[in-house]
Amino acid sequence: MSDSFTKPVPHPMPDTQPFWDGLARGEYLIQRCKECGKLRHYPRPVCDGCWSMAHEWVAASGSGTVHSWTVCHHPFHMGFKAQSPYILLTVDLAEGVRAQGQLRGLPAEALRLGLPVALGYEREGEGPVLPIFRPAEET
Amino acid sequence: MSLFEKAAITGIGETAHGRGLQQGSALSLQMQASLAAIADAGLSPRDIDGVIPVATGVAVAEDFITNFGIPDLRFSATTPMGGASCVAAIQAAAAAVATGICRHVLLPIGRTGYSGTRIGARVHEMPQFRTIGEFELPLGNVAPAQIYAPMARRHMELYGTTSRQLAEIAVTTRQHAILNGNAAMTKPLSIEDHQNSRMIADPFRLFDCSLESDGGAAVVVSSAEAARDLRQPRVLVMGAAEGHPDSPSVITQRPDILRIGLAKAAPRAFAMAGVTPSDIQVAEIYDCFTYVVLRQLEEIGFCKPGEGGAFVEGGALGIGGRLPVNTHGGLLSQAHLAGMNHIVELVRQLRGQGGAAQVEGATLGLVTGYGDMGDGSIAIMRRG
Repeated sequence: MSDSFTKPVPHPMPDTQPFWDGLARGEYLIQRCKECGKLRHYPRPVCDGCWSMAHEWVAASGSGTVHSWTVCHHPFHMGFKAQSPYILLTVDLAEGVRAQGQLRGLPAEALRLGLPVALGYEREGEGPVLPIFRPAEET
Repeated sequence: MSLFEKAAITGIGETAHGRGLQQGSALSLQMQASLAAIADAGLSPRDIDGVIPVATGVAVAEDFITNFGIPDLRFSATTPMGGASCVAAIQAAAAAVATGICRHVLLPIGRTGYSGTRIGARVHEMPQFRTIGEFELPLGNVAPAQIYAPMARRHMELYGTTSRQLAEIAVTTRQHAILNGNAAMTKPLSIEDHQNSRMIADPFRLFDCSLESDGGAAVVVSSAEAARDLRQPRVLVMGAAEGHPDSPSVITQRPDILRIGLAKAAPRAFAMAGVTPSDIQVAEIYDCFTYVVLRQLEEIGFCKPGEGGAFVEGGALGIGGRLPVNTHGGLLSQAHLAGMNHIVELVRQLRGQGGAAQVEGATLGLVTGYGDMGDGSIAIMRRG
């Protein structure tokens, strides 16, 4: 039911639409400058290293480590009330940019800086596919 | 040319502060505060020839021309940096009066943050939140408490900063609001009260968060020459600067998520003023959250990075403490006027008009702003 999804939805621009299309396919895409090769994230029109606007998209490997986090208790948007409290992670992706996403499968007490996590994808109802994180598999 | 002592704050004004006072629209609140500031300076509203409305979307320069009958407004600008806007406007106003564009610049704000649309829920309407709005809001990163919390959490993990240390800031600030008298919060607060308050966005508890309140405040920035003949003791702007953090639109992608715009602005302002942090006798530090105060104290250089927690312990920020901070009660306990009330209070202190909260003999102090994703602004002032 499209009217059952009450969370805020993204409003992509032509510049950013490929990122959302990637998520829908289960890929977390990062922009790479076609001139100098510098990665940039979140998506934007210009490379701040060489000012080229030519770019391509590369898929993140999905591995990362915890940079910081917050546990959201008060739902500032009613769409998040049912799942509160939820944990929002800031993650250093292996590629060198960061990503944000909710954490699944681990309590806040288990978190520490540098903890390995793995990127995943989740879709709720008619909402967009969003990135989430899980504890990385033991190696 | 430097802006060193080219401008002075000549007038200050504020309305009653509170929650649900039903004392008028955001527009009328800032008109009321502006008229008070202009009268405080001993000026007529028609003497105002510059205005920098704080960008809350309520008033534009034309409103002041219309309401005050200003015959020839020569300068208008905005400094859209969220909570850093008011103090950043001091730099812009000082530049305008120093170059002779105009003589008396009004900096007004008024808002109904409690009775009207709640501040915490409406930030995504602002263009500077566009990146967060697209990439992080859908994940549940909705309000400033959540957006800023990862900075505080990382500070705690790296340096051992504790929630009780953050509580020290909230408790001292509440004591000052009570001394001030014109404040939304009037009941004493203890560290235990803070520790028992509900979690909003870990590590921020309710009393780590600033108020949403109704009120207005305004100041007049005049050329230092024009200020000589006015009604109040002159408070000179010795140094002023704004600074923007790396990755200014989103904290998540900032190389060092703890580093804020003030790290760039503060050294410039101190160099312009020719003083050091150890010369500062009173500091009004933008306090949207307790942690933001702690981190700014570090970035200004009152202590080293990571030492902010220890620095604020034991009532160090109280009147008579090591560094009196937010002597009016700040955004945490007086009112949320995006820091215009911090400028009003610094001027009051430096004039010796601080009442029960007066810092004995204070003639040199500073005020900061912090806004959006870490924009910073600072002004250093002295009586003279």
